[in-house]
This record gives sequence, structure tokens and C-alpha cells, in this order.
Amino acid sequence: MNYEALRHFADSWGLLFMTLVFLTLVGWTFRPGAGRNHEEAAHMIFDEDKTDV
Amino acid sequence: MDSLLGKAGGWLALVFLSFIAMVMAADGGFAVHMGIIMTACLIALWVTISKADYAAIGRGILRAPADPGKYDDDPVRWGVIATLFWGMAGFAVGLYIALQLAFPVLNLGLEYTTFGRLRPLHTSAVIFAFGGNALIATSFYVVQRTCRARLAFPRLARFVFWGYQLFIVLAATGYLMGVTQSREYAEPEWYVDLWLTIVWVSYAVVYIGTIVKRSEPHIYVANWFFLSFILTVAMLHVVNGLTIPVSLLGAKSYSAFSGVQDALTQWWYGHNAVGFFLTAGFLGMMYYFVPKQAERPVYSYRLSIIHFWSLIFLYIWAGPHHLHYTALPDWAQTLGMVFSIVLWMPSWGGMINGLMTLNGAWDKIRTDPIIRMMVLALAFYGMSTFEGPMMSIKAVNSLSHYTDWTIGHVHSGALGWNGMITFAALYYMVPRLWGHPRLYSLRMVNWHFWLATIGIVLYAASMWVAGIMQGLMWREYGDDGYLVYAFSEVVSAMFPMYMIRATGGLLYLAGAVVMVYNVWMTLAGRVRDEKPMTQTPYDEAADKPLVAAPAE
Repeated sequence: MNYEALRHFADSWGLLFMTLVFLTLVGWTFRPGAGRNHEEAAHMIFDEDKTDV
Repeated sequence: MDSLLGKAGGWLALVFLSFIAMVMAADGGFAVHMGIIMTACLIALWVTISKADYAAIGRGILRAPADPGKYDDDPVRWGVIATLFWGMAGFAVGLYIALQLAFPVLNLGLEYTTFGRLRPLHTSAVIFAFGGNALIATSFYVVQRTCRARLAFPRLARFVFWGYQLFIVLAATGYLMGVTQSREYAEPEWYVDLWLTIVWVSYAVVYIGTIVKRSEPHIYVANWFFLSFILTVAMLHVVNGLTIPVSLLGAKSYSAFSGVQDALTQWWYGHNAVGFFLTAGFLGMMYYFVPKQAERPVYSYRLSIIHFWSLIFLYIWAGPHHLHYTALPDWAQTLGMVFSIVLWMPSWGGMINGLMTLNGAWDKIRTDPIIRMMVLALAFYGMSTFEGPMMSIKAVNSLSHYTDWTIGHVHSGALGWNGMITFAALYYMVPRLWGHPRLYSLRMVNWHFWLATIGIVLYAASMWVAGIMQGLMWREYGDDGYLVYAFSEVVSAMFPMYMIRATGGLLYLAGAVVMVYNVWMTLAGRVRDEKPMTQTPYDEAADKPLVAAPAE
């Protein structure tokens, strides 16, 4: 694959692929039920002292 | 016994090999480095064969508590000490080279002490020695606590710590001797690069191993940032370090790339060293220590995940903004500029996420100097991630590039964001790691805060003025079509700003000295007799029931 072909691939299909992956990863945080998991994960660092003893 | 013999034999073989390499070396720098490696191997040999329990001796020197069997914190403690040690060295060299710019006589007429050799010593000491040790220590601290697991491969974790210190010593001595690849933030030569690759892969193995054996189902977001920092730095280092040595027994090597490709590889590395070493790694610290110190969960966990993915997808493209108006194709320059500007959003999202973690506990800024440091760090994260994209705009860059504005920008990020969040994390960890109820003095944390803050303000403000003045003077044309100012005139015009900058650096260093004293006394188990930072007012006279006075 020469430079020109690589460039055209990068700014068409490559760009589309990266955008879709990014949007999926961000969209995943908005799935139903995510809020509860996030809440749990955010509080997880405060539970350590209870179970460590 | 056999294994001991084998190990000692292995170290001895390495001693001989490095001795042979030292004797046959093609140049003096390589010979000195092989001598250092031989010394390191001799020390390792001595530790292997002598019967002493060095872990216990080390704990005695550091006054560290014995391993309670919970978390493997010895490498973390060593990392805290190393961070402070290299920080002092790096800040002091920074102050010295700042004074060299104002007073060239301080170059001392020796090749070893010229600005050109001390400058990479300063940048590497603060970024890789101070920042790197802080990252290794905090990542080992955080990953164990958020995974509820001891470090995987404890021996490898110790190798990571000592191997990294050897890398720092080789890099630093190399700069002084003029052994350099001349690639910014990647100056060490090929054999030091290879050594760092081994150490870094071991670091990744320990870190990922600990995550794999975690007993907590979810991987806390701070670990995402630390992991992206470790993996991306590995990739950047390997690609940017691709060189062909002139001789296998000599220091000199040539890059595998040439011309503008070489420049772009260098700045792809250079900017992502900022993006993943100085941003993602330190955000890992932020997402753990800020909520812990504030005793409140992060403002929005979802935002922290979006912050993460946006940084990952955007940062990697921003490097070309270091090559505006060069031989780099115009579209690549524009690409770098556009991605830099888009980075505004996740950076500010992250800053807001960190600051809003204090929502409902804003009074802690008044009462807790560690929180105050964290807030300042986040404020500077916001400021420097605003300034950076602005400077990446081509029109602005034509004024700012190659001037001291860039230096000011870097230092508002490094001193303000990286420095302050590191100090705050160390202040958080030290009493916990050494099993003391609190630091020696909270008021001294406050002194540190103000010394450092005033230092940063002097530094950044003087460099803005210096940089913009410099840029304007360089481009000033007279009616006759000739440049108005000679380069030397611009240099002399900078003198007052250089003095203000050095003053700022001195204050920042002074703050760090206060910190070293505070940590030292905390380790000694002392508690300073001082007035608490806050006291709820109490009026004894008013503390009585309201009874009507009987009529006379």
C-alpha cells in the first residue's frame, strides 16, 4: 500500500471506523441501567476500609 | 543453595560483561555508562550473596512499618522517597538554568555545565524522575486498593523500581557527558532506551497482573487512566526510539527515520508524552486521590469514562501542532491543530468533573490545605489545557512558537497541574503508608501551597510577557523593510523577565523544601504542636438557657 492509498483509506474508512468505535464506547455509558453501575463504581473506593480489616 | 549460586553467578557474569564492554568502549560516555552498570551489578551481587535482610534494613532506615500482610507497600514507600529526592534535584537544576539564562557566566566555561546539557537534565529529572516515580508509586498504591489485591509479581515490582532508578542515573549522567539522541524528552541513547523498554514492560506486567488477580469485579476508572499511560508510553517509546547504533560498543546512534518523517515521529512521541505521561497518568491520581481526600465520590462517573475515551481518541493526533510552518504537509499541520482544539472539551469536562467532586464540601478548600492543592492542580489543568489548544491555532502559533510563551505554558501545566496533584497525593499517602494518624504539620502544607502558588504565578506571568514581547520584537519590520531588532537586543530585553522567572522558581523550590521537612518529620513519627486550620467558634457566655430575670 503506497502513501496515497494509505492516506485515502485513513481519511475515509479509517476515520469512519474510529468514529463509530468512539461513539459506541461513549454511547455504552448511556445504556439503561448504567447509572446504577456507575453509582456503585464511584462509591467502590470508599468500601475498602470496611473489608480490609 | 544451588539457586543462590546460580543467581550470584549470573550477576558475576553481568559484572564481567559490563567490564569488558567498558574496556572495549568506542567512546568515553559509553565506558562511563558501562562502569555504572558494572557497579549496579556488583551491588546486586553483594545483596544476593550477603545474608542480611535488606528489606528489613531498608524499613529501618525509612522507619517504615513491617508488612502487615495487607498491601505490598514497600515499593510505594521507596517511590515516595525517590519522588521527593529527584524532585529536589530537578527543581534545583531548573532554578540554576533559569539563572544561567539571566547570568551566562553561570555556564562556568565547562562543557558539562552548559545550558545545553543541563536543560535536558532538568526536563528529564522533573518529568521522568520526579513525575515517573510519582506515577509508579501512586499507580501501585491505587491499583492495589481499588482491586483489593496485593501486587502481582512482587519481585518484578522491586525490579521495576530499581531498574527505573538505574535508567534515571544513566540518562542524567549521559546528558552531562553529551551522550544524547537530541530528541526532545527522549534524549537517552539506544542502549538506555533498550533498558527502559525492559523496565517498562515489567511495569506493565506487574500492573496488568494485579488487575487480573483483582477481587473487585469493576476496574475503577483511575486504573483505566494509569493503564492507558503505561501502554501508550510503551508504544511511543519503542517507535520513537527506533535507531541504528553506529557500534554495539559505542553510544552514538542514528534515527531510523529521516527528514520530516523523523520530526513528525518525534512530535508524535513528544506531544503524547505530554498527553499520556503528564495527563492520563496524573488523571489516574486525580480520579482516586481527589474523591478520597474530599470523602465524596467523583461528581460523575459517566463523565469520567467519556473523559477517558475522548482523551484516548483525540490526543494521539495532536502532535503535528509542534511543527506548524515547517516542511510538514499543510493538511497534517491543520489536522494537529483541529484535534488540539477539539481536546478542549474532554479536558474541561475532566476538570469540571474533578472540581465538582467538591460540590457540597466547598468549605474544605478553606479548612483542608491538601484539598486546596488539589483544587489548584485542577485549576491549572484547566488553564493549561485551555492555553495549549489556543497556542496550537496557526495564527497564534506564528507569534508564540519558539518564544518563552511556550516555556510558560509548559510550566503552568507542569508546576501547577503535575506538581500540585503529586504533592497532594504524597501528602495523602505518607501518613497512611507509614502508619501515622496524620502529617507532622498541616500548616506547613499550607505554607507549601502558598510558596508554590506564588512561584507559579510569577513564573507563568513573566513568561507570558517575555514570550509575547519576544514574538513581537522578532517580527517587527521598519519602514525600510528591514527587521527592527537584532536577536541580541531581544535577549537583553528579556533580562527582567528572566529574573522574575528565577524568583518564581526559587519560591517553588522553597515550597518543596518545606515539604521534604514535613515528610521527614512525619516519618520520624513527630506531630507539630500547632493551631488547627479551622475552629468552630464557641461562646461560653452565650451557652446558657434563656431565663427571664425575676421581677424585683
